[in-house]
Amino acid sequence: MILIINLNKYKLHDLEFIRPITDLLDDSKVIHYKTLKRKDLEKADKVIIAGTSLKDSDYLKELDKFSWIKSYRKPFLGICAGMQILGLIHGAKLKKAKEIGVTKLKTKTDSMLKKITQAYSLHQYSITLPKGFTKLAESDKCIHAIKKDNLYGVLFHPEVINKELIKKDIICI
Amino acid sequence: MRLAVLFSGGKDSAFALYKASKLHKISCLITLDSKNPDSYMFHTPVDKVDFLAQRLSLPLIKISTLGKKETELQDLKLAIQKAKRDYKIQGLVTGAVASIYQASRIQSICHELDLYCFNPLWQKDQLELINELVKEKFKVKIVKVAADGLDESWIGKIIDKTIIQDLIDLNKKNGLNIAGEGGELETEVIDCPLFKK
Repeated sequence: MILIINLNKYKLHDLEFIRPITDLLDDSKVIHYKTLKRKDLEKADKVIIAGTSLKDSDYLKELDKFSWIKSYRKPFLGICAGMQILGLIHGAKLKKAKEIGVTKLKTKTDSMLKKITQAYSLHQYSITLPKGFTKLAESDKCIHAIKKDNLYGVLFHPEVINKELIKKDIICI
Repeated sequence: MRLAVLFSGGKDSAFALYKASKLHKISCLITLDSKNPDSYMFHTPVDKVDFLAQRLSLPLIKISTLGKKETELQDLKLAIQKAKRDYKIQGLVTGAVASIYQASRIQSICHELDLYCFNPLWQKDQLELINELVKEKFKVKIVKVAADGLDESWIGKIIDKTIIQDLIDLNKKNGLNIAGEGGELETEVIDCPLFKK
C-alpha cells in the first residue's frame, strides 16, 4: 500500500492535488499530515507527500510533524511542498523561486528522471541542496529534483505531466 | 470561504461549481464573453449565462473581451478583481480539466491577486467525468462541434448513456477527446441539481 500524505488546508483542493495521484495507483491510502500516526507509516510500503496550493504554507510552520522522515528508510517521494519538506528536514533552506506552468528541465542522465525534459510547475519556493543529497534535475531558476538512498523529492507535479514517474517509477523503487 | 466561479454555462464549469458549492459559499459567477470563437482561454458562445445565473440565483460579472492573446488575460484579471472588490471573494473556481495553458494562466492571476485557485476537475479521466455528470443528473446539450466524426447532426443532442457510447466509439476510431476538452465539442447545461425550479 502506498500512503499519500495530504498537506491541503481546504478539502476542495484534495480533488486537485490528491485525486490525480490516487487515480494513478492501484493500492493507496490518504491521510492528512495533521492526523498521521506512526502505525500509518509502519503499515505503508511507500510514502508520497503530495503538493498543495500556492497559497497553502501551514506545513512550513509545523515541520516537527515531519521529523519521522529523518529516520525513514522505505521508498519516499515528496512532490512540490513534499520536496521542500524533505529538504528542510535534512537541513536545506527555502529559496524563493516562483514557477507556474510548463518548465524546461535539465536532468541527470543516469537517474530515473533521465527521459524528462519538461514538467508542470506550481510553486513559490524551491530549496538549497541538502547535505548528502544528489541533485537530479534543475530548471533555469532552481533545483527540481533531489535524491538520497530511497528518498526522492520532485518540485514539479508528475501527476500532471510525467505521470509515468508515479505509475511506474515510484512503484519500482 | 467565499468563492467566485469562472462560468461559461458549459458542463465543466457548471460541474466545478457544483463540487465547490458542497464545501464553500459561492458568491458570484464570472463570465468572459470572448469575441474570438477560437480563443484558447474562453469557451464560446456564452449567450445563455445570464439566464443560467438567474436559475442558479447567483450574481454574474460578465465582461466582454476581444479574445486576443495579448489582452484577454488582462480582461480576465479585471473581472476577478471586480469580484474580489464587490463580493469579497477569497478564491476562484475553474472547470479546468487538462489544459495547462488555461490553468497556469489562471493560477498566475490568482497568485497576483492573493486568491486561492481551485480546480476540482483537474486531471480527471474524461470518460469518468462525463459519466459522473450523467449520474449526478446534469442535463447537458451539445451546442458546437469541431472535430472529425462530429458533424452538425450532433448539435442539440443531450449527453446520455447512448451519446457517451457514440463518443467512446469515436475515441477508439480517431482519438477524439470524449470530454471535448480540446474544443472538440462545446456544451450548455440545460438542467442540474443546483438550478432553482
